This record gives sequence, C-alpha cells and structure tokens, in this order.
Amino acid sequence: MSLVCVDDLSISYGAKIVLSQVSLRIEPGEIVTIVGPNGSGKTSLLRSIIGAVKPVRGQVTRKDGLRLGYVPQRLHIDPTLPMTVARFLALPGGVAPKNIDGALAQAGVPNLSDAQMSRLSGGQFQRVLLARALIGKPQLLLLDEATQGLDQPGSAAFYQQIETVRRETGCAVLMISHELHVVMSASDRVICLNGHVCCEGTPEVVASAPEYRALFGSGTMGALALYRHDHDHDHHHGHHDTHDHTHDHTETAE
Amino acid sequence: MLDDFMMRATLAGIGVALAAAPLGCFVVWRRMAYFGDATAHAAILGVALSLALSISVFAGALVIALLMALTVNLLTGRGYAMDTLLGVLAHSALAFGLVAVSFLSGIRIDLMAYLFGDILAVSRLDLSIIWGGAALVVLLIGWRWSALLTATLNEDLAYASGIDPKREQLVLTLALAITVAVAIKVVGVLLIAAMLIIPAAAARPLSRTPESMALVAAGIGSVSALVGLRAAYIFDTPAGPSIVCVAAVIFAALSIVGSVRASVQ
Repeated sequence: MSLVCVDDLSISYGAKIVLSQVSLRIEPGEIVTIVGPNGSGKTSLLRSIIGAVKPVRGQVTRKDGLRLGYVPQRLHIDPTLPMTVARFLALPGGVAPKNIDGALAQAGVPNLSDAQMSRLSGGQFQRVLLARALIGKPQLLLLDEATQGLDQPGSAAFYQQIETVRRETGCAVLMISHELHVVMSASDRVICLNGHVCCEGTPEVVASAPEYRALFGSGTMGALALYRHDHDHDHHHGHHDTHDHTHDHTETAE
Repeated sequence: MLDDFMMRATLAGIGVALAAAPLGCFVVWRRMAYFGDATAHAAILGVALSLALSISVFAGALVIALLMALTVNLLTGRGYAMDTLLGVLAHSALAFGLVAVSFLSGIRIDLMAYLFGDILAVSRLDLSIIWGGAALVVLLIGWRWSALLTATLNEDLAYASGIDPKREQLVLTLALAITVAVAIKVVGVLLIAAMLIIPAAAARPLSRTPESMALVAAGIGSVSALVGLRAAYIFDTPAGPSIVCVAAVIFAALSIVGSVRASVQ
C-alpha cells in the first residue's frame, strides 16, 4: 500500500494558484525527488503532505498511522530561545537519551547532544535536523532543500547519509532539491513540477523528456541550467564555450 | 497571616510572577511583546465596562482581553504589518477605555489604581482569584508545553508532528488574557507586559534549555516582587512600578554578566 496518495491536488494562496491537479504516490522504501523552478509549488506540495496547507481541491491521503520525518527548508531559532541539541531532538514528547545519541550517530554528528543549537555550523545544524526527523523511526522522510547552505562536499556527504539511512531503515524519502546533478543520480524516481506535474519517471527518462529540457535546458542533464543567466547581449564574442561559461556561474551562484 | 496587607501583597506579586514567567518566555521567543501590550491595554476598557455594569473587574478585564487577543489573532496577516495593527488596536482600546471610564460619573474611581496597579489593596478574595488564575495559566502552559515549543520553533515541524500551531496559538492567547486579568491589581495595565517580558529576558543568559529559562524567570519575577514591595514600603514609592524597577535592574545586571561571559569564552 502506498504511504502517501496525492489525488488531483490543487492549492492556491488567495487568487494565486500554485499547484493544479497534481497526483502522485509514494511507495515504501523509494527515493523520490521533486525538481522544478522557483515558485513551481514544490514546497507547497510537501507542506500539503504534512498537513500544513489545506488543498482547495483534491486530497492527500496518508497511510493510517504513517510516521513522518520532516526536514524544513529553513529553521530559524530565535536567539532568545535557549535550546540544546538533546532538548531539540526530544521535541515533542520525551525520547530516551540513548535514542538521542543513536539518532545523532545515524545522522553523522555524534557527541553533539549538549551543544547549543545556536552554536552549530550550517552542516551540523542540517544534520541535527535530519537526526530529529529520524528519531521517530519514520516510514517517510520529507526533505525540503535540506542541503541549503552546505558546500558541495557537505551536500554530497549529506545525500550519501540519506541513502545509508534508507538502506538501514527502509524508509521512503521524498525530497526537493536544486542540486540536480547529485539528486538525479541518487533517486529512484524524479517528478518534475511546474505548477503541475510536467513529467515523471526514472532520472534517465525525466532528463530526456522534452518538458524537462524546456525547463532546465539540456547541458549536463540540465543540472546547471537553473543558475544560467542570460548573457546573450554582449558577452557572446568572448565566450564560444557556453558550457564553461555557465559553469562559472554555477559556482558563484551557490 | 493573610490579615497583613504586606503579606497579601507579596503573595499576590509572587502569584503573578509565577504565571507570567512561562508565558513571558513564549512572549519573548515568539516576539509577541506588542501583543501582550495590546491585550493588557484593552483590559482598561474591560475595567470600565465592568464598573458600569457592576460586575467583577476580573471578569470584565478577562473578557475584553480575550476579545482583543482573538481579534489580533484573526486580523494577523490580513494586509497590515503586525506592529501597525497592534499599535492601532492597543492604543485605541486604551483610549476608548479611558473615555469610557470618564462616563462613569456616578462612581468615583481611582484610574491610577488600574493603570499602575494597587497591590497593597489586594483582598483575600483578590488573592484567591490571582492564585487561581495563575495556577490555571501554569497548568495550561505545562500541559501544552512540548506542543507549544514545537509550534514556536517552526510551524511546519509542528504540523509534521501532528500538532496544529493555530490551536497552540489559541492556548497562548487564552493564557495571556487570564494573566492580564489577574495582573491588573498587581502592576496595572501599563506594566503587565513588563512583568511578562523582563524576567524572561533576564533569565536568558543563565539558561541552556527552554525549561530552565522558564524556571529562572519565575525565580527572578518572584524576587522582584519581594524586593520591590519591600523597597516600596521603605521608600514610600508606588508598589507596582517598584517591582518592575527591581526586575529591570536584575535584567541589566544579568545582561552585563552574560555579555562579559560571552566575550571571555
């Protein structure tokens, strides 16, 4: 049985329609990645699955008693709120200290439980968020651009950790990412979203789909297209190798 | 023991401090300081209405404070910036309240007693209402503590854990209205927000977890009430403002200690 069943889902904020007629299913144990340009409704889709957004049409059905682990896009902890890592992981409800250490180890940041959340580096913070999502032994892990603020080796290591977790616990993973080159290779299935489902399937199928190419271009499986700026006007004469050109911008844009 | 007005005043002060501490922490964490102000200022309108209708001041203040808090909740995110909205509501409520009081020509009321509190006139009945209200607030927040904390950290994290942040916001709103109603007699509507915010803010440098911050805030609030009342007695100063002054001095001292410690590390 599917863990989550999204059926003909439409979401709008006021008059602005962000998603229309989206249907998808998440099966146990699979890694599904949602890609799409900014404003394509990726986060809204995830938020509707956790129940934070009410759809105007259609419905989201979760398997009975489904355990969710959620890593939000941003988590700002107000500096006035003191919070140790251990206390953060124990929210809500109590978790035994042993489980806290276990979850931190699983997320790749052991021995951090006494640290203040405000003192963590960006990478440690993301991994603590992951640890909190893992602590309830989720059947479905939802990641919303979980590697934001990490450098490339950091995010590569983060995705490796996700795969390890999937292998060890068998949980399904639904994630949003902008880092197409990393994500495409790590996913079982890719859903390309732009207000509606443009195309979906295995990474190879999606990367060669015309809808996907229209959104992301075709170079390097489209991985770099998101950050490509339009430099047609006066740079053209100096840069015949447009691939290198876009690559430069990938690094500066990150 | 309760025959002594100083004893009653002290107990009333500590009761308010205990309720204000955990609630005040949430007010600080969620940046609701203006929200507390608006709710408190609206209470003066409740005082005027309850005097006109000859009902309990606690009840009138509670109802109007609750209405105010719910109105703010409802209007949030509908076009106006939060601080503008609260500025409009808080000061209009205060102004309407003051005007309403002026209509009560038949009854001679001491407006100062409601603006700045009249803790030395706390009766046994007042004391039991204050402690009853304070206990209710502490129980309410204690019961919802984990859910409130999660919702305060991040609404989506709360949703993912099966918590409805809007319901938790309502819990805080209710607790705030009760606290305002019971604190009027102790510090008055103009200084209620101070009792919420100052002990919690003062406790921040000493705390490593949310729970310890709430406990330390309760301690600081209680000490402020004790010392402030004593000082008011000795120097013949107004009691409510004296309590707030002591809390402010503690805040300043702990902030300095905190920043010195942070720069040493």
